[in-house]
Amino acid sequence: MAIRDFLRERFFPHMWCPGCGHGIVLNNMLRAIQTLGMSKNEIAMVSGIGCSSRISGYVDFHTLHTIHGRALAFATGLKMSMPELNVIVPMGDGDALSIGGNHFIHACRRNIAMTALVMNNRIYGMTGGQFSPLSGYGTLATTAPYTNIDHGFDVVDLAISAGATFVARTTTYHAKQMADIIREAIIHDGFSVVEIMTQCPTYFGRKNKLGDASNMMEWMKDITTPVGSKAKEENPDLIERGIFVQKELPEYCSEYNKVIERAMKGRS
Amino acid sequence: MKAVLEGSHAVSEAVRMARVAVMSAYPITPQTHIVEALSEYCADGTMDARFICVESEHSAMAAVIGAASGGVRTFTATSSHGLALMHELLHWASAARLPIVMAEVNRALGPGWNIWMDQTDSLAQRDTGWIQLYCEDGQEALDTTLQAFRLAEAVNLPVMVVLDAFFLSHTYEPVDVPDQAAVDRFLPPLDPRIKLDYGDICAMSQMAPPGVYMEMRRDIQKGFERVPGAFAETEAAFADVFGRGYGVMEAVACDDAETILVLTGTAAGTGRQVIDALRAEGEKVGMLKLKMFRPFPVREIRSVLGGAQKVAVVDRNFSFGASGIFAQEIRAALYNGKSHPPVFGYIAGLGGRDVTVDTLETIYRMTRERETPEAESVWVGLN
Repeated sequence: MAIRDFLRERFFPHMWCPGCGHGIVLNNMLRAIQTLGMSKNEIAMVSGIGCSSRISGYVDFHTLHTIHGRALAFATGLKMSMPELNVIVPMGDGDALSIGGNHFIHACRRNIAMTALVMNNRIYGMTGGQFSPLSGYGTLATTAPYTNIDHGFDVVDLAISAGATFVARTTTYHAKQMADIIREAIIHDGFSVVEIMTQCPTYFGRKNKLGDASNMMEWMKDITTPVGSKAKEENPDLIERGIFVQKELPEYCSEYNKVIERAMKGRS
Repeated sequence: MKAVLEGSHAVSEAVRMARVAVMSAYPITPQTHIVEALSEYCADGTMDARFICVESEHSAMAAVIGAASGGVRTFTATSSHGLALMHELLHWASAARLPIVMAEVNRALGPGWNIWMDQTDSLAQRDTGWIQLYCEDGQEALDTTLQAFRLAEAVNLPVMVVLDAFFLSHTYEPVDVPDQAAVDRFLPPLDPRIKLDYGDICAMSQMAPPGVYMEMRRDIQKGFERVPGAFAETEAAFADVFGRGYGVMEAVACDDAETILVLTGTAAGTGRQVIDALRAEGEKVGMLKLKMFRPFPVREIRSVLGGAQKVAVVDRNFSFGASGIFAQEIRAALYNGKSHPPVFGYIAGLGGRDVTVDTLETIYRMTRERETPEAESVWVGLN
């Protein structure tokens, strides 16, 4: 199926700012899905609120555009009622880690098969550039004009310690790697978290004097390194990208069916 | 000093001059400009205050409840789904008798997602024990926010100052911004009746068994019964310093009016123009602009509307399975009065659709042409 067939072209042009990284995420997510050979009917996308969440409007899958922070909770309900669906949940900083932080850690712990894409642009873009739980100490934002004193989450560390069975990180600069990782995440039978470092030139870039979108993408190339690389040993400040965890643990929907079987003791 | 201010900034200027000590909020359109300005004031030292950036509106209200329990002046702002998420804490704030002030920008609830004007969000919180005051323009938003602190602290109840999304929150108007010294004369420092005290250990919000709970609820209502008097005193003190006042409602050309339109928020501004135009044509029409929704000013409603032949209520909100919420309340208020004219309920301007001069003239003419309402609610301007 051609990539364009996955798009709802009637909703274009999209609402993202020039240079926003979210379009690169949309592109490579669709490329990943294309290589899997899935039909549109097999995929459900559940999103919350924010620039990232608008992605669900642009793809011609089953889509639910839900409440801020609650995308994973809605997605959990959907997956339990229609377990055969491949559920993809694109979220921004707020949806995933602030207002929705509680749902995030519990979805990781539960190991329910779905793919959480954390589009980390380190800012609340849609509401005007307020700092997020991923902005990080010392950054500038509309609500931190004299630098942010909140420390940020490390999405990968958090997901691993909360129990996610597939955890990866990539960036919009590394588009090919992004598509490969998203593909692996979707076919993983468990809860998958993919952190995608993406640029918000309008707010994070401008406030923090990081230049235009291409400068920001170059910057993401410079501050990251493949998992386990020698460069990391020499420069511990580098952020690792790649797959951190990929392990098999009992998946929630399958386990739930086993509970029913045990309770029914062979009766139907 | 006159300044050209966005409605949101009329509120933030008032909060600055009210010398609020702790604020907390989570960004949501169309409220964000209010707290953005305030966070800047905290950061640059314009205000001697703390601004707590939290991870949700639920946390924002929890944080100001905590701060108010420490006996300091507090403020937050939200809108739509943010207010809905706060719901649990709204009950808590009022029952804990904390004088918190909140700006609430009326915005539609999803789905479908809509960021525009609609009153259902605030009206759905009518039973949470918050005083609710609706504003028509930037000046009223500034003045009402200042008054809200004095009123809240007089009766130990939280106050919600309500603004129309975009039509007020994002509209620039000339606003008279008072001097700090004048505001200080009107609004003395908070002298809290409820506060954690380093020297006197107390237990707040403990278990209230059946033997005391009902009395506590009755006490909250007694607080609400004191609001009309406290609001009149607040308005008198405000008029002393600033020479302006609004009342719990405003009756425009109602004395000899046969039909009275009931309007709220910015629609009342449009209503003034419509009343002038219709009066010029010889129509006996008036307007009641409702400002205070909780407590509901039943006595004043009866005295203004009881003499009319017909009442037409314009609701930019809807209670599914019932009718427009203002219309419901007005019908209930009139029922036990001496006279109760028929109440025509109209639903208009939901989800950001404009309520224009034409809309209101249509509503007036539909009301004039019928003896009795054709339905509890008539939806106007549907596509």
